[in-house]
Amino acid sequence: MSDALALYQATIVEHDRHPRNHGPLAGADRAATVDNPLCGDVVTIELRLADATIAAAGWTGRGCALARAAGSMLTVALAGLDATAAAARLDALEALVRSTPDAPVPDGLGDLAAFAGVRGFASRRGCVLIAVRAARACLSG
Amino acid sequence: MHADARSDLAAWRAEVPALALPVHGRRLVYLDNAATTLMARPVIDAVAHVATHLPGNVHRGVHALAEAADAAFEGARATIARHLGARADEIVLTSGTTAAINLVAQAWGRANLGPGDAVVVTALEHHANLVPWQAACAERGATLRIAPIDDAGRVDLAGLEALLDARVKLVAVAHLSNVVGTIAPIAAIAARAHAVGARLLVDGAQALPHVAIDVAALGCDFYACSGHKAYGPTGTGVLWGRAEVLAAMPPWQHGGEMVAAVEATRARYREAPARFEAGTPNISGVIGLAAALDHAATRDRAAVAAHEARLHARLRAGLAATPGVRVLGEPEAAVVAFEVAGVHPHDVATIVDQEGVAVRSGLHCAEPLHARLGAAASVRASLAYYNGDDDVDALLAALARVREVFG
Repeated sequence: MSDALALYQATIVEHDRHPRNHGPLAGADRAATVDNPLCGDVVTIELRLADATIAAAGWTGRGCALARAAGSMLTVALAGLDATAAAARLDALEALVRSTPDAPVPDGLGDLAAFAGVRGFASRRGCVLIAVRAARACLSG
Repeated sequence: MHADARSDLAAWRAEVPALALPVHGRRLVYLDNAATTLMARPVIDAVAHVATHLPGNVHRGVHALAEAADAAFEGARATIARHLGARADEIVLTSGTTAAINLVAQAWGRANLGPGDAVVVTALEHHANLVPWQAACAERGATLRIAPIDDAGRVDLAGLEALLDARVKLVAVAHLSNVVGTIAPIAAIAARAHAVGARLLVDGAQALPHVAIDVAALGCDFYACSGHKAYGPTGTGVLWGRAEVLAAMPPWQHGGEMVAAVEATRARYREAPARFEAGTPNISGVIGLAAALDHAATRDRAAVAAHEARLHARLRAGLAATPGVRVLGEPEAAVVAFEVAGVHPHDVATIVDQEGVAVRSGLHCAEPLHARLGAAASVRASLAYYNGDDDVDALLAALARVREVFG
């Protein structure tokens, strides 16, 4: 059971149960939706910009605990970042998720490091990356 | 459990080597049989025998190896036909149910569907018995009508009948639902379809391993099924078609094997079933499928049916007694799909997998059906003859672990 507990770390379960920034974002400038047709999961990320900085981020959608926690934790992590820093944070999370289970976890990811547990579950990486792809589409759009 | 049933189960399991595969250091509890089944040793041996002793191609050589392969392949076709209650020349060998249905949708559809015509499917179809008809109707200018189901997941016969008129050329229905586990009343549907002059195609992918199939008695015009869901190899399938229906159909794919004579700018096609079998087939797979059906026939069918029915009842009762679990529809055989309140099916499947329990999670290629039943997705447990009480109990115990993680 240790592996499942490694995947469902307390931070992830807590964000799944009590998601932050969940719901339509008032005054959003950017929005992007990504779905996974295999499982029916769908995540929409919305951003409100002030100058070149993400003033606020929100998410809506439905999905598994990983998809929901990723929407919640990413929107927390992205708020206050400029586009360059936000893109770097998304790249870092994707690199973490795609790394091997025994690779060292880079510094600087904050709470997002909790997703390291998904590295032992190849079929579940995509659950985290739905929110990453939606956020990236927001930044590029 | 009766002592004889216990010894039967032990003997059945001993023949299936994959059941001995350790999963996360635990005994494999394989409850994803609706996705694919595990092969018994005689089936594996039959496939290996072809690779070792029958390496020739079929239908084209006169040398010894080619003739041996041809004899074994056509022998397998005859065996498959016998187990389905069919004639050998009505058995088209395909890569699976999906290919069999696409063959009908494309080839039969090209000759029989036109603007103003209609095809009827039901609301519980697997995408493989829905999307090919969407595409064929779009290409031919025909309309696709969806017959309703009730909340139990059963075909609403009156609702289906209300959709039938002279414009309907074909009705397509699953024999055993891959999600809600209900069995469609094929004879009643056949009578209604034929009353308006429509053909009936039955998707038997899930039924073949669990229901005795006699295509001649069922009353349908096409029956499509897969080898790998009936304890045979992947990449094998069968389209049975009534001889006179197949005889009137144009080919689907074109190439070698399916032609009688070829000139530079035109070709004449062979009779069915060869007309529908372009290219080199899955020779070892087809011979393995015949071996799987032969091997299934060595098991007492009544004993297997009673065993599976008892397991299915135990599974339904156990899920009904599990807090927060909602079963989709009212399953009748082999399959049970369910939701766990507040926990996504993928999370359920990942956690029970850590206990060695393999179940399917997601939409099971039936997105419209999930929408109809008000479920975003579901967990599906599906049974085979080699499952036992211990497998059902392992799933129920593993579901308790889900609560421990998610509170």
